[in-house]
Amino acid sequence: MTGPGPRSLRATVPGRRGATSAAGPARSAAPGPGSAPSPAVTAAAAPDARDSRPERRPLLWLAWAVLAVLAAQLVAFVLRSDRLELEVVGEYLFAEPVLDGLLTTVVLTVVATVLGTALGAVVCLARLSSLAPVRYLATAWIAVFRSVPPLVQLLFWFNLAYLVPVLSLGIPFGPSFGDWDANDVITPYTAAVIGLSLYNSPYSAEIIRSGLSSVPRGQLEAATSLGLPARDTFFRIRLPQATRIILPPMGSQVISLLKGTSLVSVISMTDLLGAAREVYTRTFEVVPLLIVAILWYIVLVAVLTTGQSWLERRFSRGY
Amino acid sequence: MATDPIRTPAAGPADAPPVLRARGVGKVFGGVQALQGVDLDVAEGEVVVVIGPSGSGKSTLVRCIDQLEQIDAGSIELDGELLGFRVDRGGVLRRLPTRRTAAQRRRMGMVFQSFNLFAHLTVARNVWEAPVRALGVPAPEARERARELLERVGLGHKADAYPSQLSGGQQQRVAIARAMAMRPRLMLFDEPTSALDPELVGEVLGVMKSLAQERMTMIVVTHELQFAREVADRVVFMDAGTVVEQGPPDQVFGRPATERLQTFLHRFSAAP
Ligand SMILES: Nc1ncnc2c1ncn2[C@@H]1O[C@H](COP(=O)(O)OP(=O)(O)O)[C@@H](O)[C@H]1O
Ligand SMILES: [Mg+2]
Repeated sequence: MTGPGPRSLRATVPGRRGATSAAGPARSAAPGPGSAPSPAVTAAAAPDARDSRPERRPLLWLAWAVLAVLAAQLVAFVLRSDRLELEVVGEYLFAEPVLDGLLTTVVLTVVATVLGTALGAVVCLARLSSLAPVRYLATAWIAVFRSVPPLVQLLFWFNLAYLVPVLSLGIPFGPSFGDWDANDVITPYTAAVIGLSLYNSPYSAEIIRSGLSSVPRGQLEAATSLGLPARDTFFRIRLPQATRIILPPMGSQVISLLKGTSLVSVISMTDLLGAAREVYTRTFEVVPLLIVAILWYIVLVAVLTTGQSWLERRFSRGY
Repeated sequence: MATDPIRTPAAGPADAPPVLRARGVGKVFGGVQALQGVDLDVAEGEVVVVIGPSGSGKSTLVRCIDQLEQIDAGSIELDGELLGFRVDRGGVLRRLPTRRTAAQRRRMGMVFQSFNLFAHLTVARNVWEAPVRALGVPAPEARERARELLERVGLGHKADAYPSQLSGGQQQRVAIARAMAMRPRLMLFDEPTSALDPELVGEVLGVMKSLAQERMTMIVVTHELQFAREVADRVVFMDAGTVVEQGPPDQVFGRPATERLQTFLHRFSAAP
C-alpha cells in the first residue's frame, strides 16, 4: 500500500496541521493504547480523515450570486412596475366571482378525476380480460380517447345534441325505458365532466395497468400458494403494492387534468380562468386578473403535491 | 404437546395411506419435457429430500404438487384426494375451478427460494393474513399463533418489522412460519437456502430440522447434501425430468447404483 495516494496526502497534511500540532501526537497515540507515541510514528503519521476540510466550491457561490441577482430583479420589477397593479390583484384574489370560479375548477377536477379513474380501472381490467372481445373494446377505447385533443372533446360533447337529439336507455334495437332530450342533458357542466373524464380514462387505464403488472410474480405466487381467495390476492396483495407505482404518474395526471379544466371556458363555463376573463373583459385589467388565476393555480397544485407526497409515503411503507 | 404451535402429527400405522401419491406425472413447457412419468409416495411424517442437477425438474415437481403448475399427464393425490381435477358424473376428468384448487393449496405449505414475503405487510401480518382471509380463523387467535410461530423460528422480536428490514435468513424463517400458520399436511421447500449467504444457511436448515423432528411431512429440494444425510428419511435423485434413483440417504450417498447419480455426487464433492 505505498501507492501515490497516501504519499500525496502526506505532502499536504503536515502543512494543514500547523495550527493543530498539539492535537496531532495525541490523536496518533489514541488507536494503540499501551504503545507509547514515538517521535518516528508522529512524524510519519498516517492522514486522519478528521483533519479534512470541506471542498472549496466556487461554482456554488456563483450560483448563489446569480440567484440573488435574479431575485433582486424580480422584486425590483414587481415594486417598480405600474402595470402589474398589485392592488388590483389583491382586490380580486378573494372576490366572489373568482372564488366561485375556483370552486368550479376544483369540483370539475375532483369529479373528472374520480370518474376518469373509475373508467380507467374498468378499461384496464377489460384490457387484462381473458375474453378477447372485451380486450378489443378496451384497446379501441384507449386508442380513440387518447387521440382526440381535450379541447376537441369538450366541443364535441357540448354539441352532442346535434348528432343525437334524443338519448334513450333501453335494449339495443328493442324497447326503450326512457328518453331524454339531449339538449337538456348536455349542459356545459355535463359536457365538461364527460369530456374531461373520457380524456382522462385512457391515461388512468395505462397507469393502473403498469402498476398492476409491476407487482413481482413471486408475490402473487406466494398468495396463490397460501390458498388466498382471488379477491383477497387482488385487493390485499396486488393492489396495495401496485398503488406505490401508480401514485407518482397518477399525481401528474391529476395535475394536468386540473390545468386542463381551464379549457372549459370555450363551452361557456365559468371556471377559475373563465371568472378572471369575465372580470377583465369588463375592467380591462387583463394582466392583474391573469395573475390572480396564476396564483390560485399555483396554490391548487401545491395542495395536490402535498397530498401526493403524503400518499406516496403512506404506500411506500416496507420498501 | 397440545399447546405446541407447530402441529405434531400422531405417528400413524405403518401401512397408512401416503399423504402424497404421485403417479406418472408429466409436465411439458413449450416442447420441453420438464417432468416425465414421475412416481412418488410420501408417508405421514416422512422427510423426502429431492436432489439433482439444475434443470432436472425438481422445482417443476414441487410446483406441480402445489398446483402452481397444471400437470399434463398422470395424477397427484393428497390424502387420497385428487389434486386439480375432479371426475364429473359422466366419468370425465375436468379441471377444478380456481376456488377449489385454492382450498387444496391451503393444505400444503410452500417455501420458495426467493422467500416471496409480502413486501408491504409487517412480518406478523405476513404470518396471520392467510389464516384469517383463507381459513376464517378469528383475527386475535391468528395473531396469537403468528406470535408463537415467530417465537419458534426465533423472530418474535421482529414481528413489527417489514421484510425489507430483515436478512435473507430471517426472511426465509418468516416464510416458513407463514406456511406453517396454515397448519399444512405437507410442507414443500424449493431450494430454501440457495439464495442465502453461506453464513445464513444454518439458521434456516435449523428450523427445517426442528420441523422434521416434530414429524412434519416434508418434501425438500436442496443442494445441501449434509442436511439430506442427517435429516432425510429418503433421498430422491432426479435427472432430465425423471426420478432416477431413490432410497435411504446411506444407500443413495454410499452406494449410488446409477452412473448418473455417481457423476452428480462426484461433481458435487469436487466443486463445493
Ligand atoms: N415456466 C417455464 N417455462 C418454460 N420452461 C420451463 C419453465 N419452468 C421450467 N422450465 C424448464 O423445465 C425444466 C425443469 O426446470 P426446473 O423444474 O426449474 O428444474 P430444477 O428446479 O431442477 O433446476 C428446465 O429445462 C426448465 O428450463
Ligand atoms: Mg429449481
